[in-house]
Amino acid sequence: MTENTLSRRDFLNIAWGAAGALALVETGGVVLSFFSPRVVEGEFGGVIDAGAADTFAVGSVTPFTQGRFYLVRMPDGGFLALYRKCTHLGCVVPWNPAEGRFVCPCHASAFEIDGQVINPPAPRPLDRFAVTIVDGIVRVDTGTPIQRDRTSPDDLVYAEVAP
Amino acid sequence: MTDELDPRPEDLKQRVWESIQRDELPPRDDRGRMRVVMNNLVLHLHPSKVAKPTLKFTYTWGLGGLSLLLVALLAATGVMLMFVYTPSPATAYQDMLRLQTEVWFGQLIRNLHHWSGNLLVIVAFLHLLRVFFTGGFRAPREFNWILGVGLLLLVVGANFTGYLLPWDQLAYWAVTVGSSLLSYIPLIGEALRNFLLGGPEVGAATLTNFYGLHVAILPLTLMAIVSFHIWRVRKDTLTIPHTLDGKVDGAEGGQIEKVTTLPHLVSREMVFALVMTGVILLWSVWVNAPLEAAANPDHSPNPAKAAWYFMGLQELLLHFHPLFGAIIIPGLGLGALILLPYQRFDLSAEGVWFRSKKGRQMAVVGMITAMIAVPAFVVLDEYVLDLPGMLPSLPTLISNGWLPLAALLLLLIGYYDGIKRLFKASACETRQSVFVLLVTSFIVLTIIGVAFRGEGMALMLPWEVL
Repeated sequence: MTENTLSRRDFLNIAWGAAGALALVETGGVVLSFFSPRVVEGEFGGVIDAGAADTFAVGSVTPFTQGRFYLVRMPDGGFLALYRKCTHLGCVVPWNPAEGRFVCPCHASAFEIDGQVINPPAPRPLDRFAVTIVDGIVRVDTGTPIQRDRTSPDDLVYAEVAP
Repeated sequence: MTDELDPRPEDLKQRVWESIQRDELPPRDDRGRMRVVMNNLVLHLHPSKVAKPTLKFTYTWGLGGLSLLLVALLAATGVMLMFVYTPSPATAYQDMLRLQTEVWFGQLIRNLHHWSGNLLVIVAFLHLLRVFFTGGFRAPREFNWILGVGLLLLVVGANFTGYLLPWDQLAYWAVTVGSSLLSYIPLIGEALRNFLLGGPEVGAATLTNFYGLHVAILPLTLMAIVSFHIWRVRKDTLTIPHTLDGKVDGAEGGQIEKVTTLPHLVSREMVFALVMTGVILLWSVWVNAPLEAAANPDHSPNPAKAAWYFMGLQELLLHFHPLFGAIIIPGLGLGALILLPYQRFDLSAEGVWFRSKKGRQMAVVGMITAMIAVPAFVVLDEYVLDLPGMLPSLPTLISNGWLPLAALLLLLIGYYDGIKRLFKASACETRQSVFVLLVTSFIVLTIIGVAFRGEGMALMLPWEVL
């Protein structure tokens, strides 16, 4: 049998140290969760009811001030919810109907109707929110903005065509 | 039981006074003066005796003391403001209007708080420069330098959290832009920003978070570290000022005279504090703190600028990929600032302004180089150079990040080498020259951002910006 080299003193030191570290982690967890953001349904951060799908014209951009997004209906009929916050430094990007693009007033970033960057310094397309269409009603989940490196047709959601 | 009499005086007033102030006032001799300093709660932050040469005003410029005075003014006015302000988007702006129009001296107290806060950022920064240029960071004072850098960060943090509280357009968008800088930290940036703001955007939760940070957490941390900082000054003592020829500045026959803190240091501090209080008071009577229209989260002003002390960073961001402009370059700068006192230091340069005669010349070279090169680079990048456009096959992280950073670092190494060879400057003088170059660059960038950036952040002349 090999000699056990761990002395009682070392063992107690390690045990105390581990208990202390655990207590610190627990306290940190309590503090972090205490201060974590809280979200209310129906307000920004919750799921927002945008209305019936067929009320949005094809090729239109509808701002939702409460939900802080634009509901875009692409020329092919697909829906897309774009977070109105510039991906550069967070300014609100207004839709410019004359030019058919989003132009940021802060640092002159510009975006296509689908959020694609036309003009830097914005590093990536406008973030989007998940859209679901149930029984012809468009619902937008503003809880988590979805970041993307490039726009994709998969971002679009289509209403089921009534038979 | 003996019927021995209580030795204390019979007069009640006298007994109460002696229970508070144990030592004789005014003290008659040096022993008494030292005892007063040692026994007094506030004064004992000072040593009981100081080296006479360090009392020279143009050596320290009283910048540390002025910072402390500003902290005291900020605490006093800040607590007053807490009584008339509610941190909620529904009431905050109304409270500001009420403060300025209905509360007696409300505008004055707000002005005092606002200007003291802004002045503190400048004074703390100047204090850092003073310590650097007189070599006051050398052993055993290295750690106190790091505490000082930490205090500067806390001051900026306190200022930034306070910036939001008026809840006007200026506050809202400066904090939106400022906090967006955080989100560029790789991996944790977004989560950190959301945690700080209490959500993805500046809102009610942000206001409560910032209020708590501004009135409790940051000032308490600041005061704890400030006490530590001053205690270290007492323990480490001040660097003795020297003239260019290596003699002690202000000592006859090379003998450093020590004088009692009371009254030699304390009276100087009191005079300076009184004069500065007067200046700040006058300024606050005449110049009102800005208050714009109420915050409107639906409409960004054009241009949207961060707080002025972040404008150097925002300017960098116009030229570099955000990861570089917001994180890597400032991170390198801060890292260098923290490691700075551990550089090898020329002992003969201690206490000499700008190290030596050549050191002074090299500092001027660094300053002029930055004042020419930085505007030149900014204009070049704005109108001519378009690296991502010229190298479309590379990701912007490389074409607008690694590439220009590497080029700038090479230029900096070239500058270091040039100063060393061309002017035969010592390592100590050369490093100081690089430091001056970088600090001036930062100041020039800040000035460009504040005064030369107008609508759409386009370059324009200052009178077109306003």
